[in-house]
Amino acid sequence: MCCPCSRFSLTQHSMQVPECPALFARDLACRRGDRLLFRRLTLELAAGDACHLTGANGIGKTTLIRTMAGLTDPYAGEVGHTGTIALLDERTGLDPELPLGRALDFWFALDGAQETNALLERLRLRDLAQVPVRYLSTGQKKRAALARLIGQGANIWLLDEPLSGLDTASQALVSELVAQHCGQGGTALIASHQPLDLPRLKSVALEEYAAPLEQLP
Amino acid sequence: MMGRLLKRDLAQFFPFAGGGAGLPVLFFVAVAMLYPFAVGPDADTLSRTGGGVVWIAALLAAILPLDRLVARDIELGHFDQLRLRGVSEEAMMAVRMAAHWISFGPPLIIAAFPAAALLQLDGPTLHLVLIGLLAGTPGLAAIGLMIAALTASLRAGAALSGLMLIPLALPILIFGAGALARQDQASIGFVAAISLGLIAMAPFAAGAAVRAAR
Repeated sequence: MCCPCSRFSLTQHSMQVPECPALFARDLACRRGDRLLFRRLTLELAAGDACHLTGANGIGKTTLIRTMAGLTDPYAGEVGHTGTIALLDERTGLDPELPLGRALDFWFALDGAQETNALLERLRLRDLAQVPVRYLSTGQKKRAALARLIGQGANIWLLDEPLSGLDTASQALVSELVAQHCGQGGTALIASHQPLDLPRLKSVALEEYAAPLEQLP
Repeated sequence: MMGRLLKRDLAQFFPFAGGGAGLPVLFFVAVAMLYPFAVGPDADTLSRTGGGVVWIAALLAAILPLDRLVARDIELGHFDQLRLRGVSEEAMMAVRMAAHWISFGPPLIIAAFPAAALLQLDGPTLHLVLIGLLAGTPGLAAIGLMIAALTASLRAGAALSGLMLIPLALPILIFGAGALARQDQASIGFVAAISLGLIAMAPFAAGAAVRAAR
């Protein structure tokens, strides 16, 4: 799973360190059930890169993100990363019965997150700290999951539909947060149907790699 | 980190922490209460068969928490988030098994006192029931965890897990309740051995099941 070139750079540290991808996929093919979703996908993201992943419903965006995270195994090819990965998807990972503040505190404590109050302020979650997570609206849950993601302090962000359910102001905030993350040397892979307003945004259209509709042997 | 996970899991499962987690213990006492109504108040019959009833009640009570033991955290994405932080599925399941046992084993052993009073068990029988439950409930927790993880992604998982637990728990029941009939502690050693084997196996089996459910 670890990037092979980190070893390479260790042995040759007097020379210039070769550009090491923070997140990469080589000749990747993924399947869901017995159907091949896409194949021959090669993707390399360096530190500071943001990449917009597009494609119709069911084409495999979520599967790709989960494969990049190492949660599911690729059907063929390889994926890898250097550093740590944080994942945001449609599930918050927060206990629905707990008040939001305590549910987030579990992850903040686990991750050793700093300046959590400023983070909650920025995501406009301070006033919701006493509200149980299950009473939050879709957009509020999404913002809460963003707080968990940022608190993790990972250098790679995998965002699966981060804008869905958010109001316009919050959508702008997400773009701002991603831009800031990448500005500080972070990497982001973002699957979204909405256009993203980010500088130096790379883009991958998953349609180009879509496999023909046939069943696997 | 494991301490934090255990604390969080206990908050989810410990009796009366909310979410109906106290139900298994109430269910256990309710069965012990119903039995004299069903077979009559004859003290001799009750004390002769009561120990077995406590064991059956314990086995049935072990089924109740299974539907929320693993499936809920898969749906929440909790296990995925832990995986990204480098926690292995086996470690998650070992912690979960400990939390599951702590939240139903000791409360059940304490609830065995009122149950014994209702069933008019004598001192030596109660003694055997208590050490039997102490040796047997960790095994029940281990079986329960494996079944809960295996059935987590199934639609009828909750009903199925009850059906699956009963045959697998039979050895524990036979040796545990068998000690009562013969009034000797030897077969409780077997119960403890079965429990230890199951505890050693469960985190790996359940961990593999959680990985496969992704």
